[in-house]
Amino acid sequence: MTAKSLFEKVWDAHVVEPEGATSPAVLYVDLHLVHEVTSPQAFSELEARGLKVRRPDRTFATLDHSIPTLRPDAQGNRPYVTEQAKKQVETLERNAANNGVRLFGYDAENRGVVHVIGPEMGLTQPGYTVVCGDSHTSTHGAFGCIAFGIGTSEVGHVLATQCLAQRKPKTMRITIDGKLQPGVTGKDVALTVIATLGFSGGTGYALEYAGDVIRDLDMEGRMTVCNLSIEAGARCGMIAPDQKTVEWLRGREYVPQGEAYETAAQQWLALKSDDGAVFDKEIRIDGSAIEPMATWGTSPDQGAPIVKGVPVATNEDQERALKYMGLHGGDSRDVAKVDVVFIGSCTNGRMADLRAAAEIFKGRHVAEGVRALVVPGSEWVRIEAEKEGLDKIFTDAGAEWRLPGCSMCIAMNGDFVLPGQLAVSTSNRNFEGRQGPGSRTVLASPATAAASAIAGHVADPRQFMALESA
Amino acid sequence: MSNQEPVNTFSSRIVVLPEANIDTDQIIPARFLTTTTKAGLGKVAFNDWRYNADGSDKDFILNQIDAQEHQVLVAGNNLGCGSSREHAPWALMDYGFKAVISTEIADIFKSNSLKNGLLPVVVDKATYDKLLANPQQRVTINLESCELSLEDGTVFHFQVEEFARQCLLEGVDAMGWLIKRLPQIEQYEQSNGKAA
Repeated sequence: MTAKSLFEKVWDAHVVEPEGATSPAVLYVDLHLVHEVTSPQAFSELEARGLKVRRPDRTFATLDHSIPTLRPDAQGNRPYVTEQAKKQVETLERNAANNGVRLFGYDAENRGVVHVIGPEMGLTQPGYTVVCGDSHTSTHGAFGCIAFGIGTSEVGHVLATQCLAQRKPKTMRITIDGKLQPGVTGKDVALTVIATLGFSGGTGYALEYAGDVIRDLDMEGRMTVCNLSIEAGARCGMIAPDQKTVEWLRGREYVPQGEAYETAAQQWLALKSDDGAVFDKEIRIDGSAIEPMATWGTSPDQGAPIVKGVPVATNEDQERALKYMGLHGGDSRDVAKVDVVFIGSCTNGRMADLRAAAEIFKGRHVAEGVRALVVPGSEWVRIEAEKEGLDKIFTDAGAEWRLPGCSMCIAMNGDFVLPGQLAVSTSNRNFEGRQGPGSRTVLASPATAAASAIAGHVADPRQFMALESA
Repeated sequence: MSNQEPVNTFSSRIVVLPEANIDTDQIIPARFLTTTTKAGLGKVAFNDWRYNADGSDKDFILNQIDAQEHQVLVAGNNLGCGSSREHAPWALMDYGFKAVISTEIADIFKSNSLKNGLLPVVVDKATYDKLLANPQQRVTINLESCELSLEDGTVFHFQVEEFARQCLLEGVDAMGWLIKRLPQIEQYEQSNGKAA
């Protein structure tokens, strides 16, 4: 037997028809997640062909991108940003009902950001193929899934056939050795990986993350790492399941229960790259050298350790980015004043993320003039956080506590950063205007975002942590 | 997304946006994604590069050209990175573009473009430089022979995934192609314990 990578094992198990010179592989999709923004035109296409969703039992929908995160008024009216946003939500409600697709809508106990609720409910399971009309679908790779974002045409293909026509990508293994320093998180690992690979260094590849640092990360941290694969151009990034994966999923609503779970777990634990598996590219990163990171430019690969300050531009693209950001090469990160802090999103809107932020916020207050917004990734996260009293810590610190949604990450629901304002955000993209026209975004971890809210400038969170000596 | 008009050969003048990493948020900002159709997105293509906050025009090339005359967009490296929104090719096509050229084109944007008949052409640095050296030029793109011809006589042979190329040349409908395979899909589900 030829040694196989994790990716190859999962890929091979889902090939309905192998690829040839003139035809792509027909790849089976185990789980299709749907949200309101990239699905309406796909449902219209099915309707035009007189088709229904072929496997509603493998299709799950939620509302996250364009929904308000403010509470409804006394009459139950939700404060939609536009009538069109409301219409979009109603369109998904209608499409789901007409096709027998389970929608985690406003009345569901687990509505939330699509990449938060999939794993949370155990819809995401090791060895699955998972797709969604959203580029951060790579998140689910943390469970040993081949998970990738697709366009609306392909959403239609999956709704109609449960399959996609796909060419097999190349493979790349990123091994992160060593041990993370105290105060360094999955987000810092991800931003370091992207800075190492470059914005398009992963284009055409399926990534596998490996090494002691990845093993040591909790599942939330692994999800953050896989989530950001697309920011290096890779459609999917995956991590082999281990005992941590098995324990994290145990008892969740959609996973097998009882004895059947143990059987499934045994199969999951076999999902790993064989010794001697060959990758098209291999990269090694020293995890012990990773420090809390913050971006300084307008693409996610333009990041650097906070302690190193703002780098001096070495080319025109970097100059342009610094100019847009209003930052000066050589400055320390405490020079530029922060206006907004956003904690949430499919990248960092989970319990572990909110706990990390709360640890910094506890007993402190956001700096004068800073608007801080904390948005849980799902209803489950909201309820759990409120049980733990995290909401109180945030509001006592002067931050807003909202209902779950994508919110200020994509800024299409009315939550946005004003023109010219500088935001520190736990989200995934610092593109020009991503968080609102003219907005300027610094990407960082939840701890760094919270520390920056307190300090009023981009701040290394370790100064606010009671760190045990390593 | 279905039954595309077959694409084969066409000639057009180019329009150049030399910035690298033009992401799909630039091509169409997220606040325009609440639409439930594909129609009419050309007017918000590159919205924040084209218009001031009050709606007036910025000094930007897409406000200065006749879209009918400029159907080929030449852009800096890593065009279409970021979000998977298919609204990006929809917006570019509704504006009037029929092809995009760059030294590197992001995966999902490339896949989305091909499904809509917007031809993504990846060129080498030398060809890219020649395009930039004469940003007013007319180019010819032949999908049958996979050739991009520049005004100076340069002919660049580009690559397009073969199935996507056949779909574009013959107007094959990719969803229909998958639907024809439903018997094999059902067989796969039965054999792998995945039947409903």
